Amino acid sequence: MPQFAETAAEAVADVTDGATVLMGGFGNAGQPMELIDALLDSGANDLTVVNNNAGQGDAGLALLIKERRVKKIICSFPRQSDSWHFDAAFRAGEVELELVPQGNLAERLRAAGAGIGAFFTPTGYGTELAAGKETREIGGRNYVLEYPLGGDVALIKAMYADRAGNLAYRKTARNFGPVMAAAATHTVVQVEQLLPTGSLDPEAIVTPGLYVDIVTVIETRTPSAAESERHPAVRPHSQEEGVRV
Amino acid sequence: MSLKVRPTAARLSRQELAQAVARDIASGSYANLGIGQPTMVADYLTPEQNVTLHTENGMLGMGPKAAAEQVDADLINAGKVPVTELPGASYFHHADSFAMMRGGHLDVCVLGAFQVSVTGDLANWSTGEPDAIPAVGGAMDLAIGAKEVFVMMSLFARDGTPKLVQECTYPVTGLSCVTRLYTDYGIFHIVDDAGRRRPQLVEAHGLEPAEIQERLQIDLVGM
Repeated sequence: MPQFAETAAEAVADVTDGATVLMGGFGNAGQPMELIDALLDSGANDLTVVNNNAGQGDAGLALLIKERRVKKIICSFPRQSDSWHFDAAFRAGEVELELVPQGNLAERLRAAGAGIGAFFTPTGYGTELAAGKETREIGGRNYVLEYPLGGDVALIKAMYADRAGNLAYRKTARNFGPVMAAAATHTVVQVEQLLPTGSLDPEAIVTPGLYVDIVTVIETRTPSAAESERHPAVRPHSQEEGVRV
Repeated sequence: MSLKVRPTAARLSRQELAQAVARDIASGSYANLGIGQPTMVADYLTPEQNVTLHTENGMLGMGPKAAAEQVDADLINAGKVPVTELPGASYFHHADSFAMMRGGHLDVCVLGAFQVSVTGDLANWSTGEPDAIPAVGGAMDLAIGAKEVFVMMSLFARDGTPKLVQECTYPVTGLSCVTRLYTDYGIFHIVDDAGRRRPQLVEAHGLEPAEIQERLQIDLVGM
C-alpha cells in the first residue's frame, strides 16, 4: 500500500546521489514540477534523468540541469527554443546525453515495467541512433535490439489518487506517467486531489495503486467540485477529502 | 509509363503546398501531422474528409489550436501548443501512442525534411553539424510506422542545392519510408519501378518537368 507524504520534500527524501530518476511530463503537461523543485532543494547529485525533454525555461528539470546536478540525461527531444540551460551544460561538456527515439524511450520504459528482457524494434534501423546495436531481419523486415530502461525512482504527476494509490490522469498530461510508474523501483506521485478509497471508478483507473509508493497532494490548479464530478474516473457524489493528509 | 505533366505558372506557396497535402489525405484517415510546416495541413482538411488527427503525446481526435479562453495546460499537441478536443477523442499513454505508429495503425503522417533520397530515405532530425544539439522526438517512429509517409519541403535549399537527392548526406531518420514528396516546384510519388524505388513527378509548378530533372540531376520515372 502507498504511503502519503505531507510535503514534496518528504516525498523525495529517499532519492539518493547517483540515482536514475524517471520524470514524467511532455513539455510542462504532466511534469511534476513541485517534486522536481523539492529534488533540487534536497541536494541529490550525480543524477541520471529520463524525460522526454531536457528542461524548459527556468523551472523544474531545467534548474536541476543549471545547477549541474544531472550527470546524464536520457531523452528524445533536448533542443527547444527555451532549453538554454541544457544547451549551455551540453556545450560545456557538463552533461552527458543519450538521445533515444521517443517511441523507443516509451517502449524501453514499458519493457522495464513489464519484465521484458529486450525487444526488437524497426524504429531507428539504419540510423546513427542504432549504430553498434544488434540487428535482426525478421519476416523480411529489419529490427534493432533495444533494452529496458528502468529507474530507481519515478517522479510523476496525476490528477487524482485514492487512498489505495490508484491514479487517474487528465488529458494529454497522462503521457509518460503510467509507463514510468511501472518502470521504477520507487514511484512518487504528486496529485491535485486525494479522494477516499472507492471514489475512483475501477473501470476508469489508469494506474493501479500497486505501482505507487508515495503520494503527496499538491494543488496546482484546484479542480472545482463540479469539475471533479465531470471527470470520468470520479464517481458522482464521492466525498472529497482534505488536501492535506 | 510516361506521364504528361504540364506545369503551372508559379511554384506553390506554403499555403498551397499545405492545401495540396490536405487534398491527398484519404477520407476517413487516421493521420499524424509533424511539428512545423506540416501542422498547417490541418487548416485545409475539410469536415467531409473526416480525418482523425493523432498527436504523439497521447491523443486521437485532436481539434484546432485553442483560442485564448480555451487554453488548458493539460491539453497540448506535439509542438507543446494548446489544442482542443473533438467529439470522439481519446487519450492514452506514451507507449500506446507509439505502438499506434510502430504497429502500422496510422494511415498517414506528414513530416518536414532536410533531404529525401530517390529511394525514399528521409533525413529530417539532424544536420550533423558538430556544434548542433540533435533532437529526434517521434520522427523515427513515424517514418517507419505510418502506412504512408508524406514529406513537405522546399525542393531546393536557399543556396539552390537540391533536397531530393541520389543519397542523403544528412543523417537519416528512416530508410525507404517516404511515399510522397510535396515541394514548391513539384509533387513526386516514390514508386516501384522494376523492383527499384524511384521518384515520379506527378505535378510541376513553375518549372518544366525537364528543367526539374535537369536541376535535380536525378532520373525521374517515365522521363
